Amino acid sequence: MTLGKPLPHDSAPLHVTGQARYVDDIPLPAHALHLAFGKATIAKGRVTAIDLDPVRAAPGVVMVLGPADLPGDCDTSPSAHDEPLLSDQVHFHGQPLFLVVADSHLAARRAATIARVTYETETPILTIEDALAANARFEDGPRIWTRGDVAAALAAAPHHLEGRIEMGGQEHFYLEGQAALALPGEGGEVHVIASTQHPTEVQHKVAHALHVPMHKVRVECRRMGGGFGGKESQGNALAIACAVVAAQTGRPAKMRYDRDDDMILTGKRHDFRIDYRAGFDATGRLTAVDFIHYTRCGWSQDLSLPVADRAMLHADNAYFLPAVRIESHRLRTNMASATAFRGFGGPQGVLGIERVLDHVAHHLGLDPLAVRRANYYDGPAPSGPGTGARYGGPHSPSSPARNTTPYGQTVTGFALHDMTDALAQSADYAARRAAIRDWNADQPILKRGIALTPVKFGISFTLTHLNQAGALVHVYQDGSIHLNHGGTEMGQGLNQKVAQVAADAFGVGIDAVQITATDTAKVPNTSATAASSGSDLNGMAVLAACDTIRGRIAACLAELHQCAPDQVRFADGHVKAGGADMSFAEAALTAYQNRVSLSATGFYKTPDISWDRIKGQGKPFYYFAYGAAVTEVVIDTLTGENRLLRADILHDSGASLNPALDIGQVEGGYVQGAGWLTMEELVWDDAGRLRTHAPATYKIPATSDTPPVFNVALWDRANPEATVRRSKAVGEPPFMLGISALMAISDALAQACPGVYPALDAPATPERVLMTLRRMRAG
Amino acid sequence: MTGTITISLHLNGEAVTATLPARMSLVDFLRETMGLTGAHVGCAHGVCGACTVRVDGAAVRGCLMLAAQADGATVDTIEGLTDTGAIADLQDAFHRHNAVQCGYCSPGMLITAADLLDRATLPDRAEIRDHISGNYCRCTGYQAIVDAISEVATARTKGAA
Ligand code: FES
Ligand code: FES
Repeated sequence: MTLGKPLPHDSAPLHVTGQARYVDDIPLPAHALHLAFGKATIAKGRVTAIDLDPVRAAPGVVMVLGPADLPGDCDTSPSAHDEPLLSDQVHFHGQPLFLVVADSHLAARRAATIARVTYETETPILTIEDALAANARFEDGPRIWTRGDVAAALAAAPHHLEGRIEMGGQEHFYLEGQAALALPGEGGEVHVIASTQHPTEVQHKVAHALHVPMHKVRVECRRMGGGFGGKESQGNALAIACAVVAAQTGRPAKMRYDRDDDMILTGKRHDFRIDYRAGFDATGRLTAVDFIHYTRCGWSQDLSLPVADRAMLHADNAYFLPAVRIESHRLRTNMASATAFRGFGGPQGVLGIERVLDHVAHHLGLDPLAVRRANYYDGPAPSGPGTGARYGGPHSPSSPARNTTPYGQTVTGFALHDMTDALAQSADYAARRAAIRDWNADQPILKRGIALTPVKFGISFTLTHLNQAGALVHVYQDGSIHLNHGGTEMGQGLNQKVAQVAADAFGVGIDAVQITATDTAKVPNTSATAASSGSDLNGMAVLAACDTIRGRIAACLAELHQCAPDQVRFADGHVKAGGADMSFAEAALTAYQNRVSLSATGFYKTPDISWDRIKGQGKPFYYFAYGAAVTEVVIDTLTGENRLLRADILHDSGASLNPALDIGQVEGGYVQGAGWLTMEELVWDDAGRLRTHAPATYKIPATSDTPPVFNVALWDRANPEATVRRSKAVGEPPFMLGISALMAISDALAQACPGVYPALDAPATPERVLMTLRRMRAG
Repeated sequence: MTGTITISLHLNGEAVTATLPARMSLVDFLRETMGLTGAHVGCAHGVCGACTVRVDGAAVRGCLMLAAQADGATVDTIEGLTDTGAIADLQDAFHRHNAVQCGYCSPGMLITAADLLDRATLPDRAEIRDHISGNYCRCTGYQAIVDAISEVATARTKGAA
């Protein structure tokens, strides 16, 4: 049995010896070309004249392409067909205007900076206010979802408050920047090797750009050096550029963004402003909430609609909201187009309601954890003897169920009551909270804070048709297994998990399974590896393929050995049929010699989901994943500096396919989430230039920024839904555990200046903590 | 624009002489000229540490140093250190502790960690955290990395005692 084992990442032996190959590591054929974009230096306007002669004359330059030199618009958008590869209409600072093709990466980069460009400049739309004033938005107006009479419920509530939270965006900072390589083939074929979470989309966009059918384009991805959503659509431009140049010149073409270019050109997490009004009772239980979400989507639509939808879908997080209204404005601004990033809008929505509850608790002088728990969805009804709930009906508990989300999905299997109990106990939350209050009373400068926040995250793509996956499995006559599926490997260990599923299906060791690069020629029409869906979808598709082959082998052996096919057993590298006992290799050979096909595709589609995004009604999620974290921080009230002192996490991975990989996702997700909210700051100037476009000015967490005490455990309980081996998706949900860090800083601030609510925005950089304190002290 | 320069160095135990552009960085020389792609370019700004290699025994950012400056030096990359087995215990611990997700940071992180283990007496967690804080990892959250280094530090100290 390999399932459920904490096997390390399959590529680790290659990673630690420097042998794991990323796109930029692939040896290039002779005569390969290198590309770089020439970028706009204004945020909005039009190119009136462009002199590319100096670029063409620069050393090493082979050719320079402008918009008119392309085979068409070469659109790079994943959605609205609104992103031409090159353009003379400028919509953001950094927009690619022309493409330099040179004999080296450095030559292309240098030449890309020396064009003489004249612009007709317009005033860019940069702020939320600018965009609202100009009605610059995607869709015809805000999306609004409502349940109940919110105005009446607010008016009737015993207590009210209102407020606003602003939260910044986030740069992905995958350590490997965007990269693609195109190799021209015969007869108009092109082979693209790309660092992408979405090979099928790259294939589709390259085919569109070259005006060829998709079967002429093959896209391959062995691994990425990190993705986090940033390689879902943002790699399209590089792959298209390479393919166009390869097609025009017949030479291999490679493009990679240097870090500065990567940060300027590619989209980031959406920043949000959330205005809220809440009505509640004396225990902090909410009776009504009204949210207005504003998000700056940047210049093109990209994935902003589903991102903003998911923020709305997570406006409840773990809490029952009896009456609720959510209004969402998706604003068009002259900035790089905001895009997918781990959580896909979910974290922003969750932070909105977490802020409301923090505010409510402060208002009432209650422990925020008590307020959070008072608002939790109902847990699964107890059943069985002695619970009084065995038969349901009139004698069941009389209070109305609190288990329907604002969008009408019933929350079943809500695990957070038990998980919160367990975590509060293991982290010693109550005692530490009291001790922190005592400690703070004696400390004039340093203040500590603590917070426990939960996560409930919906699993499935909200665009229902994306919830499908395919796999291709071959068993060779020596019993070795070739595994391929539509998911991509970005470090999360998807391939290892899926290989464990395959090994388990055949009852063989993990070494019998060879993982291979994601390849559109093997499995077609795949969805992005996103929405945490990688193992759920691809694991099931692989299982289907393995079941098919195993069934064929079983049928063959059953006939040979006079038993029923379902009595053929695959375990421990052996196959038993009737009285016979043979190695899996012998079984494979026997099947081959009996002319049995040992290759199969597998397919899976998530059952039982449906969703109307305009109405905001339906069952968009197959299930929910849960988690909770306690973070303790200390702030320095003179400098605003803050440190995470300790984090305790309990995370729900279902029956984990691989606890080691899942814990890695939880730890990494928490640190990335805490980074988003405590240090990672994107700053645009008044001209629309991103000022934090280099690692020297944009700070991500280093080891010293992580909590020195860090306890992580999995809530290892089978998923009630029939997912692959009852596991749960684990890629995105832990990101939101980082919210506890921001709430702990809010707690520390509240104690530094009693009586005033901190209303802390994110990221809580030292400057922001200091400014917040100053505002609080000014009353 | 720029001239070329000829350098001689000891690279992974072998004498190498190469002629290259005078402004070429050490990491570009290793990756592009020598085909040693284990050191990665994460930022080219000296911030992320993905390009870390060993020059005359010290961990150095390959993107900040010119190849020309390595003339006469002894340079070891992850490939060379793998071949000699010098950091086999550390590599094995990274593997077992799952201190590796996407793996892009790993070669640089290993060389930085080896640097600490070579010079210090048994470092505590705080020293380890401090020492590797110049190497970014965007995936792991660092806990597994610190665990792995800590285990090797303890084992090596025991072995030496
Ligand atoms: S590439 Fe050298 S430090 Fe980042
Ligand atoms: S494992 Fe991905 S950056 Fe460290």
